[in-house]
Amino acid sequence: MKKLLLATALVTLSGAAFAQDVVRLGTEGAYPPYNFINDAGEVAGFEREFGDELCKRAGLTCEWVTNEWDSIIPNLQSGNYDVIVAGMSITEEREEVIDFSQGYLPAASSAYLTLSADADLMSGPVAAQTSTIQAAFIAENGMAVVEYATPEETVAAVKNGEAVAVLADKDYLVPIAAESGGLLVLLEKEEAIGGGVGLGFRDSDDELRGKFDAAIKSMKCDGTLDAMIIRDEYFTPAAKTWGDGGKEGC
Amino acid sequence: MFAACADPKSIEGLTWAFCYLTSGKHVDFYWSFVVVLGLLAITAPAALGIGFIGATAARSHIAPVSWLGKIYIWMVRGIPDIIFFLFFVIALDQGLEYLKSLAVCEGGAWPWQGLEFRVCREAKVPLGASPASWHQAYGLGLAVVTFAIVFGAFVANVIYGAMNAVPRAQLETAEAYGMNRRQVFRRILVPQMWVYALPGLGNLWMILIKATPLLFLLGVKDIVYYARELGGSKTQAYEYPHGDWRLWYFLGLLIFYLAFTSLSERVFARLSRRLSKGQATSGGEAMRKAAA
Repeated sequence: MKKLLLATALVTLSGAAFAQDVVRLGTEGAYPPYNFINDAGEVAGFEREFGDELCKRAGLTCEWVTNEWDSIIPNLQSGNYDVIVAGMSITEEREEVIDFSQGYLPAASSAYLTLSADADLMSGPVAAQTSTIQAAFIAENGMAVVEYATPEETVAAVKNGEAVAVLADKDYLVPIAAESGGLLVLLEKEEAIGGGVGLGFRDSDDELRGKFDAAIKSMKCDGTLDAMIIRDEYFTPAAKTWGDGGKEGC
Repeated sequence: MFAACADPKSIEGLTWAFCYLTSGKHVDFYWSFVVVLGLLAITAPAALGIGFIGATAARSHIAPVSWLGKIYIWMVRGIPDIIFFLFFVIALDQGLEYLKSLAVCEGGAWPWQGLEFRVCREAKVPLGASPASWHQAYGLGLAVVTFAIVFGAFVANVIYGAMNAVPRAQLETAEAYGMNRRQVFRRILVPQMWVYALPGLGNLWMILIKATPLLFLLGVKDIVYYARELGGSKTQAYEYPHGDWRLWYFLGLLIFYLAFTSLSERVFARLSRRLSKGQATSGGEAMRKAAA
């Protein structure tokens, strides 16, 4: 009886009845063109459109939530949301704590954003966002790394002269360099880091991962994923796509 | 929102500023001020209530009750707010879900498995299927409870001190009149202690106002979140591209908090004058002399 009362109380507390399950998609919302919060206050960008399409194909009702990047994995594990859709590169380190779907963006290059084209990367710290593949890369390659919680702050650090350069995904930096009025430039030097971008799942959520994997595959097979990647507002026609390699086994 | 704002990239000057400041995200920003004020409106009385109970418990003649009150005050006062906030919100959430899982889940496996906290879907609070507004309300609810518990301990300490500051002679006189312990507490101690507690409570109110940005730490989208989000530089991917304006947004918050605390200070000064009237304190004595 006690248990029953407790259950009733908690069910009432949690609000809704056992309606159709909603899959909660967690993203950062601060990394255009991957994902950002638009001026209407909603999640937008490539991953918004991509994620919504996946949910449609998998027949799931999905909902977007945003979470700070540096706690995005712990909060997936504690169940605040079910999927990470946040431009997260597939790495061995992350594989140890979460499971990834197959990649939905091929490995893209990372670029350095600096104040001048002849900046010496060894002359001072290089900025990167905390817990990114770029931050690890800088440290591994003998440069001094200075980490910031948001991508925004890494760019601000270069403007203020706190760091010589930012190392981040090229697709994020290109528009920033283009719109800085010549203040910020990209170095010729680029780095190939990471093994492509995938969705993150809890280790125990194999069933959900299967559904999303099938949906990604179907988008690769009919070419909609590639078409979405090369759209001007996302990664432009110059971006790497899956091409015929993505259609294997369709 | 407005017809003139349909194409933000083609407008400029005042119209642009007007459209920019009324964008959906800005409206969310303005709402978050209401959320912060609402949080204060709920938290302050809740903390006062908890503090009063805590102080009464700490003064209790029954030893275990007194220990409980003292341990509560000692613990919360001795732990940095931020650590308590980070710990308590997760602990409360997982504790609640664990209790619920005992009632609604089959099997009842221990939920803390390695790195994950795992309960069955039905035991999630709120349920995965609940709308986003429920999740937000739940997050805010956890924050309110945590704020109330943390500030309740400080309030308890202030009230405990204020109760001890009421002159012993007042209580003895009441006892001499034949009042029992409860009557002395209700008729003499509580009405008189407020004037001693007020300066401390006023301070706590100020600290509580200044602690509201902690909401940001808890993942609640409060004014700090929006100031940072809106102020950050925006490329052409956004409807209203602009440079790094965080400085101006944070300046706005600074002015908001300063105005709010100044107003509170004035209200407390007035309240203190009113409560001192006719009291056997130095403030009350000064008022009596001025009137004579």
